[in-house]
Amino acid sequence: MREKCIRACFAATAAISIAATLLICAFLLVNGVPTMAKVGLFDFLLGTTWRPENNLYGIAPMIVGSIYVTAGALLVAVPAGLLCAVFLSCFAGARFGGILGAGVELLAGIPSVMYGFFGLVVIVPCIRGLGVGNGMSIISASLILGVMILPTVVTVSRNALDAVPASYYEGALALGMDHEHAVYKVVVPAASSGIATSIVLGLGRALGETMAVVMVAGNNPAFPNSLFSGVRTLTANIVLEMGYATGMHREVLIATGVVLLVFILLVTLLLNAIREKGEVK
Amino acid sequence: MKVPKDAPERFSSKLIRGATYAGAGLTAAALMLIVGYILYKGIPFLTPELFSWNYTSENVSLTPALVNTVLMSLLSLLLAFPVGVGAAIYLVEYAKPGNRFVRAVRIATETLQGIPSIIFGMFGMLFFVTACGWGLSLMAGACTLTIMVLPVIIRTSEEALMGVPNAYRQGGFGLGAGHGLVVFRCVLPSALPGIIGGVVLALGRCVGEVAALLFTAGTVAQVPDFAGKGIGALFDSCRTLAVHMYALSCEGLHVGEAYATAAVLLAVVLSLNALLAFVVKKMEVTKP
Amino acid sequence: MISNNLTQTPYESIGNPVITVENLNLFYRNYHTLKNVNIAFPRKQVTAIIGPSGCGKSTLLKTLNRMNDLVEGCVVDGSVRLNGQDIFTELRPTELRQRVGMVFQQPNPFPMSIYDNVAFGPRAHGIRSKSILDGLVEQSLRHAAIWDEVKDRLKRNALGLSGGQQQRLCIARALAMEPEVLLMDESTSALDPASTAKIEELIQTLRSRYTVIMVTHNMQQARRISDRTAFFLLGEMIEVNDTKTMFNHPADERTLDYVSGRFG
Repeated sequence: MREKCIRACFAATAAISIAATLLICAFLLVNGVPTMAKVGLFDFLLGTTWRPENNLYGIAPMIVGSIYVTAGALLVAVPAGLLCAVFLSCFAGARFGGILGAGVELLAGIPSVMYGFFGLVVIVPCIRGLGVGNGMSIISASLILGVMILPTVVTVSRNALDAVPASYYEGALALGMDHEHAVYKVVVPAASSGIATSIVLGLGRALGETMAVVMVAGNNPAFPNSLFSGVRTLTANIVLEMGYATGMHREVLIATGVVLLVFILLVTLLLNAIREKGEVK
Repeated sequence: MKVPKDAPERFSSKLIRGATYAGAGLTAAALMLIVGYILYKGIPFLTPELFSWNYTSENVSLTPALVNTVLMSLLSLLLAFPVGVGAAIYLVEYAKPGNRFVRAVRIATETLQGIPSIIFGMFGMLFFVTACGWGLSLMAGACTLTIMVLPVIIRTSEEALMGVPNAYRQGGFGLGAGHGLVVFRCVLPSALPGIIGGVVLALGRCVGEVAALLFTAGTVAQVPDFAGKGIGALFDSCRTLAVHMYALSCEGLHVGEAYATAAVLLAVVLSLNALLAFVVKKMEVTKP
Repeated sequence: MISNNLTQTPYESIGNPVITVENLNLFYRNYHTLKNVNIAFPRKQVTAIIGPSGCGKSTLLKTLNRMNDLVEGCVVDGSVRLNGQDIFTELRPTELRQRVGMVFQQPNPFPMSIYDNVAFGPRAHGIRSKSILDGLVEQSLRHAAIWDEVKDRLKRNALGLSGGQQQRLCIARALAMEPEVLLMDESTSALDPASTAKIEELIQTLRSRYTVIMVTHNMQQARRISDRTAFFLLGEMIEVNDTKTMFNHPADERTLDYVSGRFG
């Protein structure tokens, strides 16, 4: 009897995470979906004008903004991150590798608001110095987000590289390849599924990041016309206006959250697909 | 003794190696630039006024925010720890792997792990602040953070529990102990370092979070009045250090103080990192 | 320490050897793993190296294509010549390994298609032409006696093959580099008897084109397929001779004890 009681308690705690997930989805959907219907799904997703005071709720510029900034972040983080992971796994000596590895972990622990602040006081003035726009731009946001997701890409890729059997590397050497070619032609391809996972995880983080973006992206709710124009992401849209929005405006912001959630769920599905493919191999 | 001949290298090998070193160099440079710049700019502004007990718009003291960070983190971990570890114990020690309920828990934790913090903030606002009627408060913020860090704690605890050798369990059962006793006496103690590692990780997320707290805990720059209101102060609004820093840098009036606050926040994060490294090291030592 | 390793057939007596090892000493950290080894490997013959575990036979094999370079704390003294060139001073490791191929104890095909596995070495050394690669792949797979089994599924992942097939694929992969010498490090010890028999048969046919040096812990295998056998004990080469003489009339008492199964 007592054992059953204990078991039930543990089961209940496990059920809490299910309940929380359902509750989050339910609250967002119940509040968001009817609003989408009220605005009109097409006017909402494809509308190009965001002017809540005139009841114009088109979030297409924000969707585009999120995509641009995320893609930019990946362009920054993926090359540097993968090369760094290869360095840590296959090139670095124990001592220097250990130091840099600890540094990457530290980078992962820095709060996003700190990245945003750094972007605001360093990156934005630099871009402004180039003489195009005020510095709050896609490119600033991409750079900052790129550095922010760098540790994710490095750590996950490195673990994948470390897990590649040494026999692959030795086999390549025995065929007369040098260290560099053996690493990039055999070890890296063998870790490809883990590397893909690291990129998608980074993508998810960049897509969902709020504070670092809102501080440097400029936040104009309009389509950007160059890398140097300001841009507003879905996350920024929520955080900027949630504080004072009421009525319909507030509900539309919740609907924006639903759109963001759908994007994130797609990323999660992609992750699972990669994982399954990796296991089949 | 033979020294391998210095091989004339292929050009592509040099190129590849150069690129690899450059990638590592860039990462190292980014890290040093961020940490170095913030400390360099922030430390000169660390004045005694910045640490005075009460916040005013003149001294922009960070002490209340620092205290709030501690309160907020402790409260959310207090809630998340039993729930998260309990869930992990159920998954590892009790459930049959692969049954429906376990799969549902897995999917739920994976989904929670991917949800952006602004969504948690929005949910917290709709649920804890409005539906529960708690208002912008320490409690609403802590509950939101609890849900946010739950998957971190479940994951790490699960891994720690799975790392416990089966012999420990068999030893316990062999002495005629019940399942619950075996879990608490034989399994949990040796999984503890791993679980603590997860808790420190969760602590780091609580300390640095802003988006989930802006609309749940609010931005009042004072410590909740526990002396005056007792337990009712849990429902006072308060800002943590990270939120404080965001507010300062948005206002743009106290740039120096913002740098200093950033430096203090960074110091907190650095010490958490050191703590985590220590725990992980401890874990490796105690591993059988 | 005995250093008078006078062998029954000194290496000078072999006409035109592919590899000659002279006064080779190898230290791993402070452990003297190979002690003053002198041996020559004759061209287009199969030489088997036998001895109990830990006798240094694998270490010697890995010295011949410098895979020991990967082992930290490994120091070599003495000379090893491949067709007269010193492998430590006159050859790059990459060039050496192209000319001296190796097959490992565990089959280690790369996680890619069968075709790509075999074409891997030639491609890595700059051969791009599809027709040349096709020819090389087919020839290598034929020489490794696996062509008929895989010719219809060259594009499939190599990890889907059985253990024995994987090992023959690894032999094909090494042959695609058209090496002068093929080193085999206990290459059948991870396989079932049927696969082992196939590989033994294959080694017999390889003899006409390649020099094969194999390490084995299986004396019967050495007896069945090798032309010459060398016996190692505790880092020293005790004896080397043609296989028949070696097993029937060993010169050294320790060899007799080992081949008659008294220890090891």
